[in-house]
Amino acid sequence: MASATSEPDALVQDAVVPDAAAGAQHLAPTVVRSVKILVVGAYGVGKTTLIGAVSEIPILSTEETITTASVGVDPRLGAKSTTTVAMDFGRVTVGGETALYLFGTPGQRRFWDLWVGLADGAVGVLLLVDTRRLEDSFEVLDQLEEHTQLPVAVVVNEFPGAPAHAAEDVLRALDLPLDTPLVSGDLRGRAQAVEALRALVAHAVRLRSAESSAA
Amino acid sequence: MPVQKPVQKPTDGYHDHPVRSYVLTGGRAHPTRNTLRPETLLCAVDDGRELPLGAGRHERALLETCRGTLSLAELAAYLRLPASLVAVLVSDLIDAGYLAVRSGGAHDLPGIDLLEEVLDGLRNF
Ligand SMILES: Nc1nc2c(ncn2[C@@H]2O[C@H](COP(=O)(O)OP(=O)(O)OP(=O)(O)O)[C@@H](O)[C@H]2O)c(=O)[nH]1
Ligand SMILES: [Mg+2]
Repeated sequence: MASATSEPDALVQDAVVPDAAAGAQHLAPTVVRSVKILVVGAYGVGKTTLIGAVSEIPILSTEETITTASVGVDPRLGAKSTTTVAMDFGRVTVGGETALYLFGTPGQRRFWDLWVGLADGAVGVLLLVDTRRLEDSFEVLDQLEEHTQLPVAVVVNEFPGAPAHAAEDVLRALDLPLDTPLVSGDLRGRAQAVEALRALVAHAVRLRSAESSAA
Repeated sequence: MPVQKPVQKPTDGYHDHPVRSYVLTGGRAHPTRNTLRPETLLCAVDDGRELPLGAGRHERALLETCRGTLSLAELAAYLRLPASLVAVLVSDLIDAGYLAVRSGGAHDLPGIDLLEEVLDGLRNF
């Protein structure tokens, strides 16, 4: 066949998942490092919304599967006891050389057990809360306490009809230190989301400076 | 609970990820290096070397997708594979010299200089 020589690696091309490479939005060549912030909060509190408001790429998602101990013993049981946990994330390049990743992490215990290394080396945690159901944040806070010692900033998502609360009252209710930064607003706007990130990073800088001057 | 390491070769391995990962990675359920994180930046090594003929389609897709810099999490999302599996594949490709880690200091907390740089970057939005 005459065309065979002009397409020597047709087989190889075939083997490539086609849209993975085509759809990828690579970082600029100037980017040499990455940092991350965890965006945590109860179900439906606005994590994905906040990430989407600042991300320079469309929100991406990756899944992990949790399987119980029955795997390898009985495949039929194993298939039944499998659940999937997804993580949404976004990215924003700051200052030209640094990629800031925003990982949206649900509160459930199984999530934290699964994503080993997720919190390691993070700048800090944005804790999103809905003041109409503050108690929903407790499981997230328990997980944070257990797995990290990261700087935390609170973001109060002002859903319509949510009663206004003094920052101090919210922090007390969450049992967080009263110097914890707290910002509130509608997270669908980019300005609010960026403000929340700034508050967290500024807090991280303060804590780090205090640490190094104490040492 | 952590992902379980399978104790025997599965008979119908394509129904759940840990078992599948085990097959795809030649029997290992964990990457050989522990420095890989979801935000670790990766880039294909551009030296014209081709993957060996026996390389799997996930390895090929992974290198293809890494023609420019991406994080491990982005790779997993684009390839529609669990990040734990991608970490194993990435680890092997790094060891074989096809893929390089671009971000440095993956073990440490971000230092104060880096934090201030990020803060400045956010102020300029
Ligand atoms: N009015 C108002 N609605 C919001 C705001 N933020 C998020 N929403 C809405 O609340 C709903 C849930 O938001 P998501 O961003 O999906 O919340 P999530 O925390 O990612 O949810 P899960 O991933 O399911 O836990 C969506 O319908 C959003 O449009 C806000 O600031 N104001
Ligand atoms: Mg979400």
